[in-house]
Amino acid sequence: MKHIISPLDLSVSELDEILDLAENIIQDPKKYANVCHGKKLATLFYEPSTRTRLSFEAAMLNLGGSVLGFSSADSSSAAKGESVADTIRVISGYADICAMRHPKEGAPLVASKYSSIPVINAGDGGHNHPTQTLTDLLTIKQLKGRLNNLTVGLCGDLKFGRTVHSLINALVRYENISFVLISPEELRLPTYIREEVLDANHITYKEVNVLEEVLPELDILYMTRVQKERFFNEEDYIRLKDSFILDKKKMEYAKPDMLVLHPLPRVNEISTEIDGDPRAVYFKQAKFGVYVRMALMMKLLEVEVC
Amino acid sequence: MLNIGGLTQGIVIDHIAVGGAMKIYEYLNLDDMDCSVAIIKNARSNKMGRKDIIKIENSFDIDIDVLGVLDHNITINIIEDGVIKEKRNPKLPEKVTNILKCKNPRCITSIEQELKHVFKLTDREKGVYRCIYCEQAFKKN
Repeated sequence: MKHIISPLDLSVSELDEILDLAENIIQDPKKYANVCHGKKLATLFYEPSTRTRLSFEAAMLNLGGSVLGFSSADSSSAAKGESVADTIRVISGYADICAMRHPKEGAPLVASKYSSIPVINAGDGGHNHPTQTLTDLLTIKQLKGRLNNLTVGLCGDLKFGRTVHSLINALVRYENISFVLISPEELRLPTYIREEVLDANHITYKEVNVLEEVLPELDILYMTRVQKERFFNEEDYIRLKDSFILDKKKMEYAKPDMLVLHPLPRVNEISTEIDGDPRAVYFKQAKFGVYVRMALMMKLLEVEVC
Repeated sequence: MLNIGGLTQGIVIDHIAVGGAMKIYEYLNLDDMDCSVAIIKNARSNKMGRKDIIKIENSFDIDIDVLGVLDHNITINIIEDGVIKEKRNPKLPEKVTNILKCKNPRCITSIEQELKHVFKLTDREKGVYRCIYCEQAFKKN
């Protein structure tokens, strides 16, 4: 039995299989409408989420399965002090697969050690968010036609942004990828990721703090929100939250086929005036998230199309 | 210079980074051992400038490799009959359980007290250990 705790839990070939299956689902969703009939997904969400939880639930419903779960720690036995290990041992008897979001880093890994059903990490604090990474990869593959030979700009909160860390880990495994890291000094990519992921894989990258200067070089611009819940100090949050806002004027510097991705929700880092720009694909990206989660759950449950 | 007599039987933990001796003393529970222990702080060293040293008399029952996790530059001299019988550099274990403590307030170990603190060696050259849950590197200070 396999769990997905980090994006690196999938080999490149497994990743490609999932992306291929997701593309097949996009082509013919009806063919997959009942493949998980009788299967149950438990969504164990210890902190609020709209997109991730609903996309997991939509994915299982699209496959003909059903869902159960909780959407905040207050409405679960965690409020009574139950450990993650005990919760997952109980839930293992109720469902066939589970998706867990937890504010503490490593909670899904703990769950996977005690679980008898596949555990999918749906985001653990500022750490990993593998299904967002799968969503990002599917979006790039679908709309760009490739996952190699790309210059990828990552903009905003690169320090705490788990989606950025996961995406970097996944993309370095493809050929000829380079990164442009665009962030304020305080929110730069952690040194260990630069040293142990980028340098160790001989990846070309540069760090800048002005967005428009590098826009003409980019094939992909991955924007992120400066997340309030990752700060201990509100003053720091207020000072940094408006850094690096993408608007219509800045988009004039970008290539005509550059894609703008964002894990959502956005606050104001992408002006709504560019929502109509065909390069702004973040809402399509959210939809791809459902397809890729369908493909992932099918693989983990070892479900085949008849 | 302060003079501490040589050992006839025992262990000398040498090349401890300055200020690190007390931590090793505490970790090894030397306080509870029924033997003579000398802690030398800020000793002059050609190699390191300054270093700490611990001398333990008549005891050999120490997990040497674990000491490497706390300070990977240390050397251990086994003394028998007043001479150095063996010099050892600790090998860093791949994984250590309940030796290092994760200090990341965002880590699951910060709220679940029953969890074992497990660290994996991720960079042998630099002696970097990371928590298996949150992947934060262990900082000695």
